[in-house]
Amino acid sequence: MKTATAGLKAGPRVGPRVGRWPRFALRRAARLLASLWVLVTASFLMIHLVPGDPVRAALGPTAPADLVLAHKEELGLLDPLWQQYATFLGHLLQGDLGVSIASRLPVGEVIAQQLPATAELALLAFLLAVAVAVPVGVVMAVLTRRGRGRRAELAFTGANVVVSAIPDFLLGVGLVYLLAVQTHVFPVAGRAGPDSYVLPVLALAIGPAAVLSRIVRVEMLAVMEADYVRTARAKRLTPVRVHVVHALPNAVTATLTIGGLALSSLVAGTVLVENVFAWPGLGSSIVSSIVAKDYPLVQGTVLVYGVGVLLINTVVDVALALLDPRSAIGEA
Amino acid sequence: MRALRRPVGVTGVVLLALVLFAAAFGPVLWGERATAVDTANLLAGPSAEHWIGTDNLGRDLFARVLVAARLSILLALAATAIAMVLGLLLGAAPMLLGRRLGRLVTASVNVLVAFPGLLLVLFFAVVFGVGARGAALAVGLAGAPAFARLCHTLIAGVSERDYVAAARIAGVGRARMLRRHVLPNIAEPVIVYATMTAGAALLTFAGLSFLGLGVQAPDYDWGKLMQDGLNGIYVHPLAALGPGIAVVLAGLAFNLTGEAFAAGPRRTHVLPPAGPPSPATAPARNSVLSADDLRVTIPGPNGPIHAVRGVSFSVGDGEAVGVVGESGSGKSVTALAVAGLLEPPVRVQAGHLAVAGEDLLAPGAHRRLGTSLAVVFQDPMTSFNPAHRVGPQLAEVSRFHQGLGRRAAFARAVDRLRAVRIGDPERRARQYPFEFSGGMRQRAMIGMGLMGEPRLIVADEPTTALDVTVQRQVLELLADVRRDTGAALLLISHDVSVVTDVCDRVLVMYAGRVVEELPAKDLRALARHPYTRALVAAVPDMETDLDRPLAVIPGLPVDPVDVPAGCAFAPRCPLADDHCRTVAPPLRDGVACHKAGEAP
Ligand code: SF4
Repeated sequence: MKTATAGLKAGPRVGPRVGRWPRFALRRAARLLASLWVLVTASFLMIHLVPGDPVRAALGPTAPADLVLAHKEELGLLDPLWQQYATFLGHLLQGDLGVSIASRLPVGEVIAQQLPATAELALLAFLLAVAVAVPVGVVMAVLTRRGRGRRAELAFTGANVVVSAIPDFLLGVGLVYLLAVQTHVFPVAGRAGPDSYVLPVLALAIGPAAVLSRIVRVEMLAVMEADYVRTARAKRLTPVRVHVVHALPNAVTATLTIGGLALSSLVAGTVLVENVFAWPGLGSSIVSSIVAKDYPLVQGTVLVYGVGVLLINTVVDVALALLDPRSAIGEA
Repeated sequence: MRALRRPVGVTGVVLLALVLFAAAFGPVLWGERATAVDTANLLAGPSAEHWIGTDNLGRDLFARVLVAARLSILLALAATAIAMVLGLLLGAAPMLLGRRLGRLVTASVNVLVAFPGLLLVLFFAVVFGVGARGAALAVGLAGAPAFARLCHTLIAGVSERDYVAAARIAGVGRARMLRRHVLPNIAEPVIVYATMTAGAALLTFAGLSFLGLGVQAPDYDWGKLMQDGLNGIYVHPLAALGPGIAVVLAGLAFNLTGEAFAAGPRRTHVLPPAGPPSPATAPARNSVLSADDLRVTIPGPNGPIHAVRGVSFSVGDGEAVGVVGESGSGKSVTALAVAGLLEPPVRVQAGHLAVAGEDLLAPGAHRRLGTSLAVVFQDPMTSFNPAHRVGPQLAEVSRFHQGLGRRAAFARAVDRLRAVRIGDPERRARQYPFEFSGGMRQRAMIGMGLMGEPRLIVADEPTTALDVTVQRQVLELLADVRRDTGAALLLISHDVSVVTDVCDRVLVMYAGRVVEELPAKDLRALARHPYTRALVAAVPDMETDLDRPLAVIPGLPVDPVDVPAGCAFAPRCPLADDHCRTVAPPLRDGVACHKAGEAP
C-alpha cells in the first residue's frame, strides 16, 4: 500500500508504474474471490432452498423410503448444515462435484465431456460478433457523424433495434427454418463437421453483434469529437488513420466493457440455443437435469457457468487496465 | 408526450396498445376458437380458415397465439413487478438501513449484477421448481439486481438535492422520506426502465417456457406454443414461427415505448442552402496566410449560427498577428477555418483562403499542410491522445509526411522535445500524456508542430488553460521558436496583454467581424473603435488605479444566431445612435465604426 501511494503522489518522477499494478491486482483478486464465494455458497444453498424434500422430489413419489434415505446419506443431507458446507467446500477444492442422481456418473466427468462443445460455441460466436460489430460500428459512426447520412442512421438504428429485440433462440428457430428446412444449406441440428456450427454460432452472434455495433458507433461518435482527434486531423493524416489509429483505441474501453457483458450473457445464451440445435453441451444437460431434479448435476453446471462468467469479467478488467492505464489507478 | 411525435414512439405505443388489447380481450374473443378441436384438420398448414394452421388436436393456432397473449403478458408484468419492488427496496437500502448495512447490500448487488440474467433465472428456477409461478418468481428475482443498481444510482442522485437534505434535517422518517420525497422524483426513469424490463421479461419467459421450465400444459403462453411447434418445424414451420413473431412484436412494443420515452426528442440541425459564393479573389503576395471574405456558418438548435461573417486579413511571412475578442466573437472559429479543421456540416466560404501557398478551398490541399502548418490548441490536457505514448504521437508526423522510419522519426521526436525544453526527452517520449503536466504538454504540442518545417503556427488560446508562470514559459517558447524557424504566428487570445506582448499586429473581432486592425504597440493608446477601447480598459496595467472598480464592458456579447442589422456593438456602445443601429459600419482604414476615434 505504501509504495503505491508514494508512487502516485510523486507522479511522473518515480514512474507511476511502480505500485500501480500490484494494487490493481490485489483489488481485482479480492473482488474475484468475493464473487466466487457468493457463487459457491449460492450453489451450495440451492439444494437447501428447494421447498420440501429435494431427494424425494428427484426420485419421485413412488421411490421406496430407504432408497430416499440412502441417497440423502450419500449426498450428506443428514449432516448438520455447517458440516455439509465444509464437506462441499473440501470436495470442491479437490475438484469433486459429486455424483449425478440420474446417471450415477461423477458430475465433474459429465461436465468435462460437455464443456468443450459449449465453450466452442460461445467463443466462436463472440469472435464473430466482435469481428462484425467493430467495423460496422466504426463505419456507421464515420458515415453518420454530426447529423450526416440521416438515412443511413435511420436504417442502422431501426435494423439494430429490431434485431436486438429478437432473442437468440428465436433467431435460431428462424435460421433453422430459412437455411435448414427451406434450403437445406446447413444441417438442422447436432454437432458434426464445420457446417453444423454455422447456424448455432450465427444465432448466438447476431444479437450481441447488434448491441456491440451500436455501442461502438456511439463511442466512436463521442471520441471523434475529442480534442485529440482534432489534433490528429491537424497532423493531416488520412481519415482512415485518424479514425482507426487515433479514435478507435479510445472507443475500445467502453466497447470492451459492454463486450464483456455481451460475452457473459452469450455464455448463458448458449443454454437456449443449444436446446434449439440439440447441441451436446452444458445447456442441453442443465435443462434436462433441472426438469429431472438431478440437483448435484445442476449444482455443478451452475458453478461452471458462473465461474466462466467471473473469469470473463476478470479478463475483461485486466485487458481494460492494460489498454487504458488510467483505469487501473482511476477506480480506487 | 413529446416522445409520441417521433416515429419510433408512435410505433411503440401503437404496438403496445395492440398487444395489451389482445391480452385483455384475447381469451374472451378467441377463447372458443382456440379450444375448438377440429379432428379433420390435424396439424394442418395455413389456410383461409386457419391463418397459421392448426396443432395436433386441430385447434386454430392463430387464435391460440392471440389467447396466449394474456398469460404471456401477465407473467411478464408479474415478474417485472417483483423485480421493480425488490429492486427499489434493495436500491433504497442505504437510505432505509443506514450506511453500513446499506453498503453491504450495495456490494452484494454489485456482485449479483455481474452474473447474466439467464443464469440467475436458471438458478431460481431450480429453487422454485418448474412451472409458471416458479418461473415468474425466478425471472422477477433475477431482474432485481439490475433494477436495484439503477434505483441506487437514481436515489443517490436525488438524496443530494436540497429538499431531501431539508426533509432529513426536519426529522422526516426514512420510509416517509422515501415515499414523499424520493420516489416521486425517480418515478419517471424507473417506469421507463420497467417498461424495457417488461419487454426483456417477456422474452426470457418465452425462453423458459420454450425450454419446458416455464408454463406447463394444458396452459400455454407463447414460449410453450413455440416449444410445441418446434418439433414439427419440417412440415409446419409457422406453428413455431407464428408465436415467435408474436413474442418479438410484443417485446418490440415494450422496448420501443420505453426507448422513445427515455431518449426524449432529438433534433438534428441542418443549414439552409448556401447563399451566393463570394467572388473568387487572389491571395495577397508575400503572405503565408491570406483570407478574403471568410464566412463560417454552423448549424444550431435555433437556426444557423453565423460565427464568422466576412473576415478578410493576411499574415505576412514571419509576421506575428494576434486576434483578440470575447468568447463568441468568432476568433477561435476563424483559427479553425484557417487551419482547415472545420468539417461539414459546418460551412466555410471565402473569396480565397490560402495557407502556405495551398488553396484550402480546393480538395486535397490539406495533406500538404502536414509539415508547413503547426497548430497549438487551447487545452493541452485533452489535445494529446490518451491511448498513445507522447513520442510516437510526435513521430507520426515525420513517419507520415516525411517518410522517416520508426527509429528515425522517434529520434526526431526526442530531439524536438528537447528543443521545446522538456527535460529527459528520451524517457518522456516513452510516457503517456497523462504523465505530463499541463505546461509540459503544451510545450510537447508545440514540439509536435516543429516536427515539420512550419511556415505558420496557429495558436488558439495556447496559454488560457495554464497557470501564470507556465503561461510565460510557453509564450517565451513560442517567441524563440519563431526566432529560430522564421515561422509566422497567428495567435488567438481573449487576453489583450498576451497579444500585445507577442504580436506585431492585432485584429480585434466582434460578432464574427473584424472591427479594428492596428499595430500591437498602438493598441493601448491609439485604438479608435469603442469596443477595442473597452477591451483595453478592462485590462489592469501599471497606471490602473487599483482602488477604483475595474472597468468592464457593459452588456452581453451578441447572440450569434440573431445578429442585429446595424453595428453589432450598438447595444453596448456608449456612442451608439440610430444611424449605428441601422447601417453596419464597413471596415475602413483599419476600423469599422461610424464614429471612429470620437471620445465617449
Ligand atoms: S458604429 Fe456606432 S455603435 Fe458601432 S461601435 Fe461605432 S459608434 Fe458604436
